[in-house]
Amino acid sequence: MKSLPSRALLEKAANERILIIDGAMGTMIQQHKLGESHYRGERFQDHSKDVKGNNDLLVLTQPAIIEEIHGKYLRAGADIIETNTFNAQRISMADYHMEDLSYEINFEAARLARRAADKYTTAERPCFVAGAVGPTNRTASISPKVSDPGFRNVDFDELRIAYKEQVLALVRGGSDIILIETVFDTLNAKAAGFATLEAFDETGIELPIMISGTITDRSGRTLSGQTAEAFWYSLRHLKPFSIGLNCALGAELMRPYIAELAHVANVRISAYPNAGLPNAMGEYDEGPHDMACKIEPWLADGLVNIVGGCCGSTPDHIAHIASHAKHHKPRPLPKVEPRMRLSGLEPFVAG
Amino acid sequence: MTGNAAQQFINVGERTNVTGSAKFRKLIEQNDYAAALDVARQQVEAGAQVIDVNMDEGLLDSERAMTTFLNLIASEPDIAKVPIMIDSSKWSVIEAGLKCVQGKPIVNSISLKEGEAAFLEHARKVLRYGAAVVVMAFDEQGQADTIERKVSICERAYKILTEVVGFPPEDIIFDPNIFAVATGIEEHDNYGLAFIEAARQIKEKMPLVHISGGVSNLSFSFRGNEPVREAMHSVFLYHAIKAGMDMGIVNAGQLTLYDDIPAELRELVEDVILNRRADATDRLLEAAPRFKGESGAKRQEKDLSWREKSVEDRIAHALVHGITDFIEADTEEARAKSARPLHVIEGPLMAGMNVVGDLFGAGKMFLPQVVKSARVMKQAVAYLQPYLIAEKEELGLLDMPAAGKILMATVKGDVHDIGKNIVGVVLQCNNYEVIDLGVMVPAAKILETAKKEKVDMIGLSGLITPSLDEMCFVAAEMEREGFDVPLLIGGATTSRVHTAVKISPNYHRNQAIYVLDASRAVGVVSKLLSEDDRATYKADIRAEYEKVRVAHIANEARKQRITLAQARANKFEIDWTTYDPPKPAFMGPRSFDAYDLAALVPAIDWTPFFQTWELSGRYPAILDDNKVGTEARKLFADAQELLKRIVAEKWLTARAVVGFWPANSVGDDIEIYTGEPRHTRLATLHTLRQQIARDPSRDRAHTALADFVAPKETGLKDYVGSFAVTAGIGDKEALETHFAATDDYGRIMLKALADRLAEAFAEHMHLRVRQELWGYASGENLTNDELIAEKYRGIRPAPGYPAQPDHTEKATLWKLMDVEQRAGIELTESFAMWPAASVSGLYFAHPKSHYFGVGKIERDQVEDYAMRKGWTAEEAERWLAPVLNYDPRSLDRPKVA
Repeated sequence: MKSLPSRALLEKAANERILIIDGAMGTMIQQHKLGESHYRGERFQDHSKDVKGNNDLLVLTQPAIIEEIHGKYLRAGADIIETNTFNAQRISMADYHMEDLSYEINFEAARLARRAADKYTTAERPCFVAGAVGPTNRTASISPKVSDPGFRNVDFDELRIAYKEQVLALVRGGSDIILIETVFDTLNAKAAGFATLEAFDETGIELPIMISGTITDRSGRTLSGQTAEAFWYSLRHLKPFSIGLNCALGAELMRPYIAELAHVANVRISAYPNAGLPNAMGEYDEGPHDMACKIEPWLADGLVNIVGGCCGSTPDHIAHIASHAKHHKPRPLPKVEPRMRLSGLEPFVAG
Repeated sequence: MTGNAAQQFINVGERTNVTGSAKFRKLIEQNDYAAALDVARQQVEAGAQVIDVNMDEGLLDSERAMTTFLNLIASEPDIAKVPIMIDSSKWSVIEAGLKCVQGKPIVNSISLKEGEAAFLEHARKVLRYGAAVVVMAFDEQGQADTIERKVSICERAYKILTEVVGFPPEDIIFDPNIFAVATGIEEHDNYGLAFIEAARQIKEKMPLVHISGGVSNLSFSFRGNEPVREAMHSVFLYHAIKAGMDMGIVNAGQLTLYDDIPAELRELVEDVILNRRADATDRLLEAAPRFKGESGAKRQEKDLSWREKSVEDRIAHALVHGITDFIEADTEEARAKSARPLHVIEGPLMAGMNVVGDLFGAGKMFLPQVVKSARVMKQAVAYLQPYLIAEKEELGLLDMPAAGKILMATVKGDVHDIGKNIVGVVLQCNNYEVIDLGVMVPAAKILETAKKEKVDMIGLSGLITPSLDEMCFVAAEMEREGFDVPLLIGGATTSRVHTAVKISPNYHRNQAIYVLDASRAVGVVSKLLSEDDRATYKADIRAEYEKVRVAHIANEARKQRITLAQARANKFEIDWTTYDPPKPAFMGPRSFDAYDLAALVPAIDWTPFFQTWELSGRYPAILDDNKVGTEARKLFADAQELLKRIVAEKWLTARAVVGFWPANSVGDDIEIYTGEPRHTRLATLHTLRQQIARDPSRDRAHTALADFVAPKETGLKDYVGSFAVTAGIGDKEALETHFAATDDYGRIMLKALADRLAEAFAEHMHLRVRQELWGYASGENLTNDELIAEKYRGIRPAPGYPAQPDHTEKATLWKLMDVEQRAGIELTESFAMWPAASVSGLYFAHPKSHYFGVGKIERDQVEDYAMRKGWTAEEAERWLAPVLNYDPRSLDRPKVA
């Protein structure tokens, strides 16, 4: 098993400064107002199902647009860009009858991001490609049928197989990192982690793993019911480069759960919140300046190592966040006592 | 050392194990997973920190049973909160279990029994699945029984795990095998001591690992003599924990206290376990029958000699042994002796709890026992509560007629009441009278009770967002009905801003006040009830909320919004170029009279029926619900019986009218034409468009119903349908003929069934429309469940519901279809349908048409809509009040912060 040279560069950069991860891809794609025919391109003119909304497909049909978005984020100061592959495993792709394109999409998405990153990489500021692995549209821990709680519409092995295909393509396409993100069901993430290690075995290349969960609301729990600390104990065995949170919450509400992770995790902490969240009246609002100002206390208090944006954020948001981040030091890694740390929905620490 | 060690001891619940519990095995064999879950829940409640799940039974499909049970546990937060120990001697069962748990579990167990290759493979997988692991002291030669073998096998396994596999040492748990002692076989005499000594050495050599074991094996020879077995377990644990054992699969709730074991028995048992003398086994065997009797826990409850001690000692005894039987009598006796009730808490109760703390610290009590002690303590304090309050009153702490009456309710549509209950308890502890109407309480019931009981204030609670609107409604109703008492608002989605901006303006006569949590409740209530503070406090709140409102308006003004134009630019796109609209079988309205009720019964969706009766749960699962199942079954049986009569004796008449119309969309409206060619407009249906500024990365459109109909400019011949159905004709007569005026149950039942039949009728007609009358889905073949889950093509949205919140659109439907004549349904002035058991709406056929909520809309759309409807803006604001995203009253106010 070998590591890529970028791993050492990533470690070095993370030791020196707070790293910036890019913002929303969907928000940027939407600005192009693409119609069904744009999504289809020439190649899928006669595809049996509508594909509008299949953003991941655009790496095949509109690669220039995706590459341009990567470029905008890199220019805005992102150190890490995510491949446009959030839904690109075969379980989600089945919605569009495109499961057999999964490998190709991931491979091309990684190549595209690689090309963009290489264009902006300098000796002082290397740019990294994180192969994005999303949660899929199914949950292995929750029954979709209220009256049948033991039922599951996906199991560990189905997830593992779909994820393995995705990760193999992301690795071979040139990713520097595998990013398991927007985890709302930890069992899905465990399957993704399992598959990632299998893919590393098969390629002989071991990349750093980033994991980012989603705390859905102020209950402080993931959709599948775990607290942030329990979530970390469930995934610690993957020895990730970083653990963190993204999506669902804006920076303000995310803070206590980031702090909870920062307290217990002896790896780097990542956080890329949404640009705000629905306020008391049910609306979203948060401009680049506001968002950066809300992230500022995390930076000042040494809670994070990697920051960026999720839904609703744009290159402008990322530029603002980056300009704040450069004035602060990254969170030093804490020493955590070796103890048996188990979890159900809640953490259990022996002793 | 012992104190800390005992507190760190991890109790693993052992009852969800088919090999260890005959009761659990039977439940699994009978597929009674609901009862099996109860076993798991009881263990967690009794203090198990991890639960062991074992399905190793020859006749079971163990992998399936493990998967099923773990999946079910995942849906029970009370159980799933603790980690799982996946216990099997078969690797395939362990792996099946590992694929079901999102937390970090413990695997029990792997070993070197089948050699290093298998051990390596299993250990690597355990690590990759993210679990801790129990390793049995077992190798190719067999189970280790001597100290040396136990230690050396564990060392060998440790080396492989940490050096080859990369397993974290703190996640390794060694089980050095607890074997039966006192078997009469001499080689077995040292088994207890061997475990204890091996534990000590393993911990010395590998300090980060854990030591566990199944304790009940130890006393196997004394089957049937529970007191001796319990004494053996207790003594063994006392010594093993000192030596480093820090985890055990035990029924800790049933353990005897080390100090409670009769001295003679304890010594005999200790001789055996520590192998202190050659004749230890003989001596214990000889003495054992004398101690046979009832098991420890029961014996302690029935041995009443402790009742002869002083009241202080009795309270301490009850606390230490977790006995609640006499605690109230004893607490009363102590109270009678004390100058103040508080002295009972500070005196004997605290003294008893200190004993518990000391015993726990000394490793002589276990966590589940401490939990039981707390229960006794709580009961004693609860008993003292009225005296504590009375004392406060006597002492003049509450000298005014301060005790106020507070009505509390979770509003209609909401079932969450934990927070409300807590607030209620806190208020009651402070001597307020609380009338709790429970959950899902309609506004009318709240106001009626408030009037009848002459309450001093009303508290509303809610957790889900729709409750916010319901609270506004209750506030407005209070205003309308002339109430003049404060309105308290609490619950997870409520906020100061929402209370100030949305709720408070509905209630001018008095004041709506946001209460953050239970701790604030007493302060707020006492100020509101105090003659001196009330006026100032309310004025302060009023001023504060006014500021919040003004700030909010100013904030709104600064915000970027989605304008109607922007929303329209992002309409729900349908590719009309590939669409060939299906033509309905007829045009215009068609009546369906005296429809066969029997045909509707299978289409009934029963879940809302139970909701009507405030029994929450899905049908049919609700019939087996733990809490309401019995009630639900009774209710359901009554409903079936009545339904049979309704159908057979034709108490109710079902009538319907369905119509189809040539139609095209023009902007946000749908034009209906008199015929082909489409020159003359017969009517216009108006629709509202979503304006919510939602997360653009989700790439969702701003939809209006008009988007589902082909635009005029496409030239396509598209259609819409409309319907009105009722199952309520004759309900009045049926009530008068068949039910006594006092028979509320029967009357409500009839109405509820009529409602269900009307809904079923709407569902049934929609099916006929899809398959036959419009006929675009003739091949559709769905079960009733799938129908209820709306898995078909096309929708039937109703005016007044989320996709078109404007009730007045019904007027157009009534005119188009002549509903009053054809179906006998009238509209009230507020566009409610009469009879009430009626449903009306539109049909859309495009495969992409779907249900959605318009959500809140802006003033630009309201003005546009008013123009299209021929209304003034004020009229539009009145009819659309629930969906306005602004406060019409606030527009006149200065927009300056």
